[in-house]
Amino acid sequence: MHSEVRPLWPPLVAGIALGLALLATFLITGHGLGASGFFTRLTAWIGGEIAPQATQANSYFGAFVKAGNPLSSWVTWEIVGVAIGALAGALTSGRFRFQVDGARKLGGLLRVALAFGGGLLAGFGARLASGCTSGMGLSGSATLAVAGFLFLVGFFAAGLLVSWAMGRFWR
Amino acid sequence: MSLPIYDGGVAAGLLSGIVFGYILENAGFGSPCKLTAQFRFRDWSVFKVMFTAIVVAAVGLVALEALGVLRPNGVFVPSTFFWATLLGGVLIGAGFAFGGYCPGTSVVGFFSGRIDALVFMFGMLVGTGFFAGVHEKLAGLMRSAKLEAKTLPQLLGLSEWVVLVALVVVAVVVFKLAGVLERRLGGPLDAEEIREGAQGD
Repeated sequence: MHSEVRPLWPPLVAGIALGLALLATFLITGHGLGASGFFTRLTAWIGGEIAPQATQANSYFGAFVKAGNPLSSWVTWEIVGVAIGALAGALTSGRFRFQVDGARKLGGLLRVALAFGGGLLAGFGARLASGCTSGMGLSGSATLAVAGFLFLVGFFAAGLLVSWAMGRFWR
Repeated sequence: MSLPIYDGGVAAGLLSGIVFGYILENAGFGSPCKLTAQFRFRDWSVFKVMFTAIVVAAVGLVALEALGVLRPNGVFVPSTFFWATLLGGVLIGAGFAFGGYCPGTSVVGFFSGRIDALVFMFGMLVGTGFFAGVHEKLAGLMRSAKLEAKTLPQLLGLSEWVVLVALVVVAVVVFKLAGVLERRLGGPLDAEEIREGAQGD
C-alpha cells in the first residue's frame, strides 16, 4: 500500500499556489478565502430550524435568519468546494483513509473528546475575532491588515503554550 | 480599474473552494498530526505555507493596485478591535493545539477520511451557538479598542513596499531557521506518516 501514497507538495510550492489562489479570489470576489463564516451560518440555520423565535430574537443570529436562508451565501459554496477539492486531492494521491486521527498517545475516545473541545474553542474564538485562520489570519494578513497579523500572533502564542502543556500526547 | 469584478456567485465560490481544498490537502493540512507538529517546531509547514501565501497575495494586490488594474480600497480589509481580534486568535490557537484543526483544515481533514475532524466541526457548531448565547455580554468588548490604522503600512507610517520587503526578509530568515530546527527534531511529516495518522508507530 505504501508505494501508492504520493508525496506532499513542498511547502514553498504549496504556499505560492495558495497565494495565487488567494489573489485570484480577491480579484474575483473582492474578499479573500474563509471558513468559519460557513459554520456560523450553519449554526444559525440549525437554530432557525429548531428554535425559530429564540434565533430571530438573538442579537447575533437574528440578522442572519431575518435576511432569508442563512446558508444562501458565497462561503457555503466555497466550503462545498473545499470538501470537493480535499476529497479529490486525498483520493488521487492514495492519502484518503478512514480513521480517528489525533493525539497519538491518547485512546480513541479521548482523542474524540479533545477534538470536540478544540472545535468548541475555535467556534467561539472565530466569532470573537470575526474570522478564523483562513478569513482573518491568511486573507486579512494578505491585505496587510493589522488585524490579520495580530490574530496570527495570538494564534501562534496560544498554540505554542497549549501544545507545550500537552506536548507528550501529540507525537 | 476593472478589478475586482465582485462576483459572489455559486461558480466563483465553488471554484475558489475547490482550489483552496486541493492545495491544503496536497500541503498535508488534513492531518492533525502534521498541523500540530508546527507547535513542537518539528514541522514548519503551517508557517511556511501560510506566510508564503500571504507574501505572494500581498505583493500581487499592491502591485496590481500600483499598475492601476485593481481599484484602490477595492478589496475587503478587516478592522482591528484589539482585544477581540487577539483573544479570538488565542482561542483558535488553543483549539488547534487541543483538537488538531482550525475551521478550514477540519473540512480538509474530514474529507480525507478523518472522523475526529467531523467531531471538531460539531464542536465548532456548539462553540458558535454558545457565543451567540453570550453575545450581548460581549458586544462591548467586540467594539472596544478599535485601531485607527487599518493596515501595517498605516500603523508604522511606512510605504507598502517597505512592509512587503520586510515580510520577505522575515520569510527568508524563518525558512532558514525552520530548516535547521526540522533537521534537529525529526523532520516534517511526510505523506505516508500522515496517512498512518494516530495509528502509526
